[in-house]
Amino acid sequence: MAVKPLHEGYIGEVKDRVENYGGNYIVHIGWDHHMLYAAPQALVLSPDLPFAEFLHKVMPESFGAHPDFATIDWPSVQWKVDGTAFEPVPEKTLKELGVGHKSVIRFDTPGAMGIGNAGV
Amino acid sequence: MSKVYIALQDTDDARYIIAALEEDNPQAVVIHQPAMTRVECEGALMLKRATVEEKLGRDWDVQELQLSLISLAGNVDEDEEYFHLFWKS
Amino acid sequence: MTTKKLNIKDKYRLLTRDLDWDFSYQDRKEAFPYEEFEGIKIVDWDKWEDPFRMTMDSYWKYQAEKEKKLYAIFDAFAQNNGHLNISDPRYVNVVKLFLTAVTPLEYQAYQGFAHVGRQFGGVGARVASQMQSIDELRHVQTQVHAMSHYNKFFDGLHSPAHMHDRVWYLSVPKSFFEDARAAGPFEFLVAVSFSFEYVLTSLLFVPFMSGAAYNGDMATVTFGFSAQSDEARHMTLGLEVIKFILEQHEDNVPIVQKWIDKWFWRGNRLLSIVSTMMDYMLPNKVMSWQEAWEVYFEEGGGALFKDLARYGIKPPKYSEQSKIEKQHISHQLWWTFYTHGFATAFQTWIPTDKEMDWLSEKYPETFDKYYRPRWEHARQLEEKGERFFFPGLPMLCQTCQIPAVFTEQDDPTMTTYRASDYKGEHYNFCSDGCKDIFDDEPEKFVQAWLPVHQIFQGNCGGPEVSDILADYYQFNVGADNADMKNSDDMKRWKQWKGVA
Repeated sequence: MAVKPLHEGYIGEVKDRVENYGGNYIVHIGWDHHMLYAAPQALVLSPDLPFAEFLHKVMPESFGAHPDFATIDWPSVQWKVDGTAFEPVPEKTLKELGVGHKSVIRFDTPGAMGIGNAGV
Repeated sequence: MSKVYIALQDTDDARYIIAALEEDNPQAVVIHQPAMTRVECEGALMLKRATVEEKLGRDWDVQELQLSLISLAGNVDEDEEYFHLFWKS
Repeated sequence: MTTKKLNIKDKYRLLTRDLDWDFSYQDRKEAFPYEEFEGIKIVDWDKWEDPFRMTMDSYWKYQAEKEKKLYAIFDAFAQNNGHLNISDPRYVNVVKLFLTAVTPLEYQAYQGFAHVGRQFGGVGARVASQMQSIDELRHVQTQVHAMSHYNKFFDGLHSPAHMHDRVWYLSVPKSFFEDARAAGPFEFLVAVSFSFEYVLTSLLFVPFMSGAAYNGDMATVTFGFSAQSDEARHMTLGLEVIKFILEQHEDNVPIVQKWIDKWFWRGNRLLSIVSTMMDYMLPNKVMSWQEAWEVYFEEGGGALFKDLARYGIKPPKYSEQSKIEKQHISHQLWWTFYTHGFATAFQTWIPTDKEMDWLSEKYPETFDKYYRPRWEHARQLEEKGERFFFPGLPMLCQTCQIPAVFTEQDDPTMTTYRASDYKGEHYNFCSDGCKDIFDDEPEKFVQAWLPVHQIFQGNCGGPEVSDILADYYQFNVGADNADMKNSDDMKRWKQWKGVA
C-alpha cells in the first residue's frame, strides 16, 4: 500500500539512513524474559566490531547490572538477529553475522527467567 | 438499545436543567458524581425550554445549556424550544 | 404588528450556510484543491447537518461568559495559594506532563482545524471547523493560565513548548498530531474529531480532570469543566462527520474503516501515557486504567459501533488486543519512566506499599505476577544506594515512537518484536497495529524524527546525555528530573507545610 499524496511521485525523506551515522550503525539488543530492561537497548556500533568484543565489552556494559548476567552459561545462549537464529562466531564481525543497520539482536538464556522467575 | 447521556456541572442553573430533564423523561436516571451530575436514558433525552423556564423562574435560551454542559453522548437536534439527544438504532 | 423573530434554525442558516456562494468564473477544484485526493466522494454537501447551530454572536456571548467565570476562579486560586491544597506534591508531576504533552496538541489542533476550516468544500463543515479552531486556541490559553500558577512554585513547567518539540517521550504526542495534520481534511476529521474527540475523549478527560478534582487541583478542574462544554460541540462534530461521509457514498466505507483502525491504534498507544498517569502518578486514584478502558471504550465505544454497524463499519481492528493490554500498559509505562527518570522533565518514584496493594487489587491477574517484582527489586537497589536506571537509550517504535515496551498478548515477559523492510531500510515496531500503519503509508513514516536516532546522529547536542538534557532539552538538571524524594519540589513542599 502507499501514501495517497496530493501530487504524484511523493517521496519521503528517510531520516535514519546509515550514512548519517559516520560509518557506524544502530544496533538494538534485547534479552528475552528480562523486563528489568523496559525495552531493547539502542546502541551505535561499528559494523566491523568483532563479535568477541561485542560479547566481552558491549554486553557487560549493557546488561551487567542484572543479577542473572554473571551466571549466564554462554554456550547455551540462543541468539537471533531480526528473528533469524545465528551462531555467534567470535572472530566474525557484526556485519558478517548478518547484523544490519537498525537490526535487533535478541538473546535468550534458557532456564534463567529473571528476577523472582517473573521474567524481570 | 443504547443509552444517551448528558453530564452537567454542579452549578445553580444546572440544578434546574436536571429537574426539567427528570420531569420530561420519566425513564431517565440521575447520577451524582464529584462536581458533576450525569443524566442517562435508554434511547433519547428531551430537554424542553418551557420546562426549564418554569423551574428556573426566568427566561432561558436553549443555548445557555453550553454554560453548564460537560459532555454528552448521542445525536443532537437543537432548536429554539428544545434540545434532543438520541440514538437512531 | 409584532416583529417576527427568526427561529434558531433559520437564523443559523442565514448567517452561516447561506453566506456561501457557487463559483461562476473560477474552477471549484482550484478553490478546494484538497477535496478529492483522499478518494472520499461527496455527492451533496447540503446533506451536512449542523448539530449545534451557533452563530458567531452566540458563540462570542457564551464563550465570553465561560471565560469570565473561569478567570475569576483562576484569580481566586492564585490569591489563595491554591497549590497548597493539593493532596501530595507528587501530583504536580501530572500537571507537568499535561502542560508539556497535551497543551501543545491543543495548539496543533487549532492549526489543523484552521486549515481544514478553509479546505472543505462544504460550508457547514467549514463553519464547524473554524469554531473548533478557535475553541482549541482557547484551550491552549486556558490551560496555560490554569497551570502557570504552578510554575511559580514547582520545577519542570518552565518551557513546555520548547520541550514538546525535542524531548523523547513528547515526540509521541507531537508525532501523533503531525500525522493527522499531514493527512487530508477528511482523514484529519476522522482522526481527531471522531477517533480522538469522540471515541477516546473520556480516556483523556476523566484521568486528568477527575484526577485534578480528587487531588485538590481546583484550577485544573475548573479549566476542565469549562473546556468540556466546548468538547461537547467537538464530539458532535465527530459523530456528524462520520455519519455524513458514510452516507454520501458507499465507496467511502472502506477508506473510513481504514482510518478508524489506524487512529484507534494510534490513540490507544498515545493513551498509554495517560494510563500510567492514572495508575501511578495520581496520589488519590480516580479509578484504574483498566476500569476506565472498560467503561469508556468497551461499553461506551460498544454502543457507538453498534450504531455505525448499519453503514458496514466494524469496531476498530485490534480492539480485542487492547482489552488484553489494558492490564499491562500502565505498569510498563511507569517502569519505563522510572528507569528513565534521569531524562524526564518530571520526578519519578517507586509506588508506596499502600499503592502497590491498590494495584494488586485492581490488577489481580497481572500486577503481583509481573510488575511487583520489578518494584521490589528497584526498592532494594535504592536502599543500597544503587538506584537502577536504564543503562542507555531504548529502541523506539517507528510509528508511535514509544520505546518498545509492549509485550506479546500471550506472554507479558516477551517484548513484541515486529519489523518491515522498505526500500532497503529496516524499521522496527512495537505491535502489529503500528506495523500495519507503517506498511500502509511507508513514505510518511520513514520521515519520523525519532529522538533516540536523532541523538545518535548528533542533532541534539551532546556528547553526553547530561549535555543534551541541559542544552538541548533545557532541563534544569537535578531540579526538573530524577527522584521525587530528593527533589527541590519536595524540599519546598515540606517547608511550606512545616514538616521535616
